[in-house]
Amino acid sequence: MSMTRADLSTNVQDAARRQADEPDGLIARFGADEPLMLDAGVALSPFQIGYQTYGTLNADKSNAVLVCHALTGDQHVASANPVTGKPGWWEIMIGPGRPIDTDRYFVICSNVLGGCMGTTGPASIDPATGEPFGLTLPLITIPDMVRAQWMLVRRLGIESLFCAIGGSMGGMQVLQWASEYKDMVFSALPIATAARHSAQNIAFHEVGRQAIMADPQWRGGRYLGENTRPSAGLAVARMAAHITYLSDMALHRKFGRRFQDRDAPTFSFDADFQVESYLRYQGEAFVERFDANSYLYVTRAMDYFDIAEEHGGSLAKAFSGTKTRFCVVSFTSDWLFPTAGSRQVVHALNASGASVSFAEITSDKGHDAFLLDEPELFAICRGFLDAAARARGLPAGAQP
Amino acid sequence: MSHDLTMSATPGSIRADYLVVAGMVTPGSKVLDVGCGDGGLLKLLRDEKGVDGRGIELSRAGVNDCVAAGLAVVQGDADTDLAFYPDNAFDLVILSQTIQATRQPRVVLEHMLRIGRQAIVSFPNFGHWRLRLQLILRGRMPTSENLPYSWYDTPNIHFCTLRDFVDLVRELDAEIERSAALDGWGREVRVNAPWWFWNLFGEQAVFKLSRKG
Repeated sequence: MSMTRADLSTNVQDAARRQADEPDGLIARFGADEPLMLDAGVALSPFQIGYQTYGTLNADKSNAVLVCHALTGDQHVASANPVTGKPGWWEIMIGPGRPIDTDRYFVICSNVLGGCMGTTGPASIDPATGEPFGLTLPLITIPDMVRAQWMLVRRLGIESLFCAIGGSMGGMQVLQWASEYKDMVFSALPIATAARHSAQNIAFHEVGRQAIMADPQWRGGRYLGENTRPSAGLAVARMAAHITYLSDMALHRKFGRRFQDRDAPTFSFDADFQVESYLRYQGEAFVERFDANSYLYVTRAMDYFDIAEEHGGSLAKAFSGTKTRFCVVSFTSDWLFPTAGSRQVVHALNASGASVSFAEITSDKGHDAFLLDEPELFAICRGFLDAAARARGLPAGAQP
Repeated sequence: MSHDLTMSATPGSIRADYLVVAGMVTPGSKVLDVGCGDGGLLKLLRDEKGVDGRGIELSRAGVNDCVAAGLAVVQGDADTDLAFYPDNAFDLVILSQTIQATRQPRVVLEHMLRIGRQAIVSFPNFGHWRLRLQLILRGRMPTSENLPYSWYDTPNIHFCTLRDFVDLVRELDAEIERSAALDGWGREVRVNAPWWFWNLFGEQAVFKLSRKG
């Protein structure tokens, strides 16, 4: 008997539901003796972190690379995703002989706090009630996510990361790590990111959140208990966000004004254009694997992010006295996190006397460029990591 | 803003003008190299002089090379980006074979002496006899092995002679600590030679400046 599209979708949703509490892969559990103090002013306890590792931690634990994922990513950075079955989201970058060489480095990637792939988030079961947290989970911030990662890293017995690397929201976490745990970060590679979320970005996120909350199936955030799903709202949120990840050029190259499976317009609101049908597909695929409340929490965390504000308005102060080696990367066509934001970080790092490199990579692929095949990005990451590894005395990996 | 815009390097050897510049750098100092190209000078200073070096480079290829070599280099433009560096952030700021390609040489020099107590500037001397002769005899904009560009596609927009540069330094009220003129092979022109001799026979000039007071 063959499975229908609806069956398949239900299976994927069930898999996603299971991963929220009992993920495939590794879990670090933190009990009542190790509460996580949240910026919102409450302690989260107990809680858990779902994570994956690749490569081998060396004897003196000096080769750990923490990869921080972006908004809707997860810990399955370099191996098949258990929900979608698709390859890891950064397999192009991580593996034997790749820029983040798993023959040389021990790669850790954890699902962020507030996520829905095994780390405590709104889709997790609240041990106090036996029901999903929903909106009863306190608001999460980027510093909270980083504090949770810090607890995981310490749990693994690692006192200093060789490198913290990530793009977009992952890059925010990298900057937060470098600012809050200066002595624990030997090198940092924030990509396509900024030290604060812009008003325009907050605006886009608000559109997404409103789409979710306007969906009658959302039920005030209690949909998991009431067995409904705000799929339409979440899909619209994803569609709007997806546009911001691309560039006009990239959309034009991919789709132009071409029709989908037809030669002429239907004079209806069907998905006549290829770009429409692509966005609808992106929206549908996303709702199968992602939790709507998680989307609310994680976008909010990005909105609140502003490192300078935490340091009296001075970004340079956030990094003063740092010994971390930084390499900041931006892309020319990224309008979500434009180069100007990266330059602000670089200027602040210069002002604080940090060792910083900065490259703006020419690409017409928009914000998403950091996830795609960009040889210049790979060359820069490889070069920066190789040089940092030499400085740290790590033995060379296998040659690609 | 690469060195290669204006200079030709011998493969496998360290550029002669780098050695002259390096000779003027205090070991262990904190140095910013503006227009650092592929990082050749920064590497030399790091490896031979124990310098804590940083670079600014306009070309992406140059930045990639530098980062791969483990140097801390920021992609940027001397004309716009020096303004973001704080006062006294470095002991020494180097501008090697780049000042003639800046839009505002005077402003760039001011920033250099603000960011660092000292500055080293090297540039092709437009007062060299060969260039003078070309203009006089052929009536055309001069070109040379070191300055191979035609007038319409050159990155070099503010040529000066050695004496012009000295005038600018006086205007900025900076002090010339050391100076050298290099011949076509990058060798130093006789040290005791008078100014007019340098200006005529030096193909390149290197000046080490310091802020007064």
